[in-house]
Amino acid sequence: MTAPVELGLPGLAGVPTTDVKQTKKDFTSDQEVRWCPGCGDYAVLAAVQGFLPDLGLARENIVFVSGIGCSSRFPYYMNTYGMHSIHGRAPAIATGLAASRPDLSVWVITGDGDALSIGGNHLIHALRRNVNLTILLFNNRIYGLTKGQYSPTSEQGKITKSTPMGSLESPFNPVSLALGAEATFVARTIDSDRQHLTSVLSAAAAHRGTSLVEIYQNCNIFNDGAFEILKNRDSRDEVLIRLQHGEPVRFGADGQHGVRRNPSTGALEVCAGDDPGVIVHDATADDPTQAFALSRLADPGTLARSPIGIFRQVERPAYGDLMAAQLDQAAATQGEGDLQALLRGKDTWTVG
Amino acid sequence: MTVKHVRELDRVVIRFAGDSGDGMQLTGDRFTAETASFGNDLSTLPNFPAEIRAPAGTLPGVSSFQLHFANYDILTPGDAPDVLVAMNPAALKANLPDVPKGATIIVDTGDFTPRALKKVGWDTNPLEDNTLSAYKVHALDLSGITMEALAPFDLSRKDASRSKNMFALGLLSWMYGRSIEGTVAFLREKFATRETIRDANIAALKAGWNYGETTEEFAVSYQVKPAAMPAGTYRNITGNLALSYGLVAAARQSGLPLFLGSYPITPASDILHELSKHKRFGVRTFQAEDEIAAIGAALGASFGGALGVTTTSGPGVALKGETVGLAVSLELPLVIVDVQRGGPSTGLPTKTEQADLLQVIYGRNGESPVPVVAASSPSDCFHAAIEAVRIAVTYRTPVFLLSDGYLANGSEPWRVPDVDSLPTIEPGFATEPNHATDGEAEFWPYLRDDETLARPWAVPGTPGLEHRIGGIEKLDGAGTISYDPNNHDRMVRVRQAKVDGIAGIPDLEVEDPSGEARLLVVGWGSTYGPIGAAVRRARKAGHNVAQAHLRHLNPMPANTGDVLRSYDRVLVPEMNLGQLALLLRGKYLVDVVGYNRVRGLPFKAEELADVIMEEVGAL
Repeated sequence: MTAPVELGLPGLAGVPTTDVKQTKKDFTSDQEVRWCPGCGDYAVLAAVQGFLPDLGLARENIVFVSGIGCSSRFPYYMNTYGMHSIHGRAPAIATGLAASRPDLSVWVITGDGDALSIGGNHLIHALRRNVNLTILLFNNRIYGLTKGQYSPTSEQGKITKSTPMGSLESPFNPVSLALGAEATFVARTIDSDRQHLTSVLSAAAAHRGTSLVEIYQNCNIFNDGAFEILKNRDSRDEVLIRLQHGEPVRFGADGQHGVRRNPSTGALEVCAGDDPGVIVHDATADDPTQAFALSRLADPGTLARSPIGIFRQVERPAYGDLMAAQLDQAAATQGEGDLQALLRGKDTWTVG
Repeated sequence: MTVKHVRELDRVVIRFAGDSGDGMQLTGDRFTAETASFGNDLSTLPNFPAEIRAPAGTLPGVSSFQLHFANYDILTPGDAPDVLVAMNPAALKANLPDVPKGATIIVDTGDFTPRALKKVGWDTNPLEDNTLSAYKVHALDLSGITMEALAPFDLSRKDASRSKNMFALGLLSWMYGRSIEGTVAFLREKFATRETIRDANIAALKAGWNYGETTEEFAVSYQVKPAAMPAGTYRNITGNLALSYGLVAAARQSGLPLFLGSYPITPASDILHELSKHKRFGVRTFQAEDEIAAIGAALGASFGGALGVTTTSGPGVALKGETVGLAVSLELPLVIVDVQRGGPSTGLPTKTEQADLLQVIYGRNGESPVPVVAASSPSDCFHAAIEAVRIAVTYRTPVFLLSDGYLANGSEPWRVPDVDSLPTIEPGFATEPNHATDGEAEFWPYLRDDETLARPWAVPGTPGLEHRIGGIEKLDGAGTISYDPNNHDRMVRVRQAKVDGIAGIPDLEVEDPSGEARLLVVGWGSTYGPIGAAVRRARKAGHNVAQAHLRHLNPMPANTGDVLRSYDRVLVPEMNLGQLALLLRGKYLVDVVGYNRVRGLPFKAEELADVIMEEVGAL
């Protein structure tokens, strides 16, 4: 299992807690869930509703903000505060909310089209600013709600309704993108692996700053089996790399494969599990170079050699905290604002 | 020593013009500050290129600042300068067409070289041919005299000549009996850490004053006595500053923390700059990655119980449209400030226009009603901002607040209000469930107030009121997703009715001293000053004219139709091609007549007076 770095729960510092025992039912709204039967979104919803009670937060201080797309219906099914906003803009909306309300636990629900296409700009800037948000990016490598066009994570050559002769574009690797955007917490998990999903979500919630969790999520209608190679018992051990902080990077049923650095190119490559050069994963490394190299291991088409787990988890002051500190500092050094004095200004004259 | 005469004037219009690097805006600002504290009424018009430093000495690089001051209440920055101060050939050439014959021109000859003249297309020196024969010209080597005066300072020629604007300011201050003490104090503070620059500028300023006092070039100085104004404490203020203060005041009056999401854009950026200074008032400012994020963050903050505001200009409004629509659907308070500039597209970033009216009223998908408030003068931006916040908070709706480039940068004296006299704005947050189903208490986010039709505003952190809102159509009352045709029809009408029914909008007031006018002139926004000045002129010439000005563009005052219909002719001057005229015709079936100019500059009182008198004559 992924071992999250123990930092307590700084990501939730300032959010009121409750002594009342909570259950999954407390987090389930009265709305009928309307995803297609078999959709991977159900598993993620169940995992989130199942793990939130463990945090012991006051339910009214949790907010889910989403954009547009299948996964963005998520807030309607959570019995918390929520906003189903517009396409791509959830990180921007959540930024204003989180920066002005440090007592809230703010979650962003988004998809590959929402976050990486129309909302790409907001995503990278939220990551760069390190706003205290937990972003769950449901990546199904397809546009589902608009019925099956290729997405920015679709593999090149993908045949879809809008690309009958195959898509021409190279896909984004969301983990690489996030690392390049100065993210402080980047992880990847899989919808069907409840245990792994939950452990990554826990670590993401505990992180102060922007946590990006890419969730490989199956769209059984328009892109069924996109992650089958990583899920199937027969194939997964050979292609899935489970990252664990402080542990050597090995995979294969018996750990017979490893990952080492090629001394001449500096890139990472697969080697034998007992190779003396097998690298040790350090999610807390200040330098993101190795985390980035790990993110590049996966084949962009087949997803073979896909690492999952926490790629990066480092501390950097969160945007809202810095903003609040400036307000406090201004009040401390200049005194509380005096509106009448502000309106008068320095240069006045009196008539009569 | 020459005997100097003092001549008394009622009003003067001075225009300072130079290269955009010559410090003309600062010079104008300082002259304005001294004039304001002297007690004249005044109005200013800065005019500068979009380029930060256009090539020196070229026509596109000319920056100017016009100031109108008087011993009575005035409404505009003046049609034409009585005095032009031109710091180089380009400034002279660019501004000469605006200067009426007989006016005074003070020109710095320091840069009148054949090369500089050629750069602006003059083959001969206008100071030596007949170009300026119709004017009172003072051709002085201001640069040279300044450099001479600053010889004792350890300054390069370039740095020394930079102070020529202070020399010019000193000279003009002498000519019009303005104090320079405020400017001396200003320079001491501005250059506190750069002593040589500070002392050189002060020396140049004083040298300019003394030059006027001692040389024979200027035999006369002028006096414009203070204006009679209502008793109170006054200051000078620009529209952007007044608007910023209005937002801070509205936050205090509503008890809501102010959150500004903004992306830099001319001419609105100064509001972002100003609000960034007021963190001790609890003001959060967020410079977003783009216009969309700016309004998104503001809306997110509103959801969390803040006073969400975003500031921009026309192109930014275009980008924000979808989020404004979301705010209409969410029914959350939000103020969108549009400081209009010349369009379409990038248009004229530093020039004024009022061509966004239809964009803010109609520029969204679906039926998306948004209240619109427009400020009419620089100082009115303060009260207009408070009014926009009142409507946004009371009715849980996005509100557009319209200003424009002229109001933003123009200034006028402002009687500082007593903060205890400002209106209180009640957010009235929801604190408990508002509905029961089968005896179980529930919170319905779209269960409306009977009177205002506003929905409850329940902010995260309030136990028991957890709810979800979004851009998909909501069931009236319960607020759950609804695709029901009749519900959609009802919600569309309710949102419209909520905006149409906004209370507290005063009746449209008509000013008609004669009581016999058959022509009504209707305006909105920054044309208030020019229209008012033009109407005064027409009345002085013996014509009966009525004037009315709209502050609320959506909804309009309830009596608007009656007012329009009670005149034989309605004239609507606008700095667009007839946007308010279209609305008035469409809403009230009144055949209004437009007068439309889009030159990037405010109307001149004289041109409007001519139009008005023509219309009266045709009746």
